[in-house]
Amino acid sequence: MAELAQANGSQNLDTEVMTINIGPHHPATHGVLRLVVDLEGEMVRDLRPIIGYVHTGIEKSCEDKSYWKVIPFVERMDYVSYFFQMEAFCGAVERLVDLEIPPRAKYLRTIFLELNRIHSHLVWLGTTALDLGAISMLWYCFRERDKILDLFEMATGQRMHTRYFQVGGVIEDIPVGFEAKLREFITEMPIRVGQYQDLLDRNEVFLSRTKGTGVVPRERLLELGVTGPLLRAAGEPWDLRKAFDYLAYPEMDFKIPVGTVGDNYDRYRVRVAEMVESVRIVEQALDGLPEGPHIADDRKYVLPPRSELSTSMESLIHHFKLVTEGYRVAPGEVYYSIEHPRGELGCFVLADGSAKPARVHFRDPSFVNLQSFRDMAVDTYIADMICSLGMLDPILGGVDR
Amino acid sequence: MPDAPGLELIRGEIEQDHPGAVLDTSFDRNQPALVVDSTQTLAVLRWLHDAPGQGYTFLSSLHAADYLPAAPRFAVHYELLNRDRVERLRVKAMLADRSAAGPAGDGGLPEIDSCVELFPTAEFQEREVFDFFGIVFRGHPNLTRILLPDDYVGWPQRRDFPVGGEPVTFTYNERAYG
Repeated sequence: MAELAQANGSQNLDTEVMTINIGPHHPATHGVLRLVVDLEGEMVRDLRPIIGYVHTGIEKSCEDKSYWKVIPFVERMDYVSYFFQMEAFCGAVERLVDLEIPPRAKYLRTIFLELNRIHSHLVWLGTTALDLGAISMLWYCFRERDKILDLFEMATGQRMHTRYFQVGGVIEDIPVGFEAKLREFITEMPIRVGQYQDLLDRNEVFLSRTKGTGVVPRERLLELGVTGPLLRAAGEPWDLRKAFDYLAYPEMDFKIPVGTVGDNYDRYRVRVAEMVESVRIVEQALDGLPEGPHIADDRKYVLPPRSELSTSMESLIHHFKLVTEGYRVAPGEVYYSIEHPRGELGCFVLADGSAKPARVHFRDPSFVNLQSFRDMAVDTYIADMICSLGMLDPILGGVDR
Repeated sequence: MPDAPGLELIRGEIEQDHPGAVLDTSFDRNQPALVVDSTQTLAVLRWLHDAPGQGYTFLSSLHAADYLPAAPRFAVHYELLNRDRVERLRVKAMLADRSAAGPAGDGGLPEIDSCVELFPTAEFQEREVFDFFGIVFRGHPNLTRILLPDDYVGWPQRRDFPVGGEPVTFTYNERAYG
């Protein structure tokens, strides 16, 4: 044997490392993500995520649009969580122009953000369970997701990319019949979540593939800037909805689910528990929905009501000015962050005194969290890597922007 | 958030350890910010990270902005967070334009020390800033373009980079229009 090893240049042939390419078009990469993976047999020894395939220059395009025209652009970054992008941008501009939004708008925004959080987690649960072979989960999750989209359509006119939030509030009040339909959904949803858990929590394949895989220590996650369910699954109860005071969250009673081990199973448990908490928030916000205007009454930033245009010259002038030039924002800069389904979503807006922002930057949680993927996947099996990627839940539209 | 006097206290304490590091402070829209000298940014970040009573150990976001036509033209923003006290603090490192047309022009790219050692989360974000603004982070382990193709020419998030004019490379266009 010694001679043989000598003849092979002391190389053990079993340990040859092979570099393979996964993606960018691969159903298990949840979007256009390319992974260059060094494999030793079935073990992942190193990996490099290569991103940028769906980079569309949204941040640059925003600099060429007046403030109110930026809203539909930023929605299209993370295409599963469009309400959050809208809230981050509108909230940042409201802080720049010092505009207080009415209580009803705060509550309506909270309702739609939490519905969007459930929607986002449903898409995640369906597709990730699909990766792990639990195919039927996809249909059940997308069934409920469709009900949320129906609610979005009823209130905003669009199923996705709704452009419902405005600087100053929301564009329209909720229609008649919306409340009843939403109540129907919030009584049904906790039952559905229980059914998902029944399907997965005693599924031997699902359990053995998620338990103990993809563990990254809490300290390492914090170093890497990871936030959201990934961090909470590792036992860190950090949630911007509790930490900072924004929208109606200070008045809501809800818990922050945390995990203990930080493996893929904990990540699943945390997200499923968050769906139930989000339903609770929606219910409380609906119960406590204050009466009053749904948008601020500041004609320098907010469009006047349609009915006034034919009777008031003043309103017509304001309408014309807002639609043609938009409003000017005094120079300054603001960083505003909210809790996105994947972590901290920050929006940085730099105003230079004109009617267009000089810089719009989004700190997207998918982009930052993706850095932890190497720690999750190195020295595990390639099958566990696919599981960890699903549990990481990157949305490549948000990563690449 | 540290309030305006608190910000001045932080500035005073940094001045003792690193004289001349803090150029200015601002308290705009209730958001405290330290404007620091770009050569001492890493020292200030390390001080805010380690000094007793500070504990800004979490870097929420690292991004850049182009303040054209102001000078110095660029700024790298570090959005720091103290998670125990739930306080945010922005550190802004100002960088002069060194392109040939600029006032301090020697044709090079603006440079600043990388903070990846201190905040591993900055790795992707510094690459993104390099990709879009052409700001070089000294000591970054792998400073290459991240979102744009490796052979891309130019720094598109700079304010003097025009929007549009980018040829669309679909095979149909090549067949039909050469």
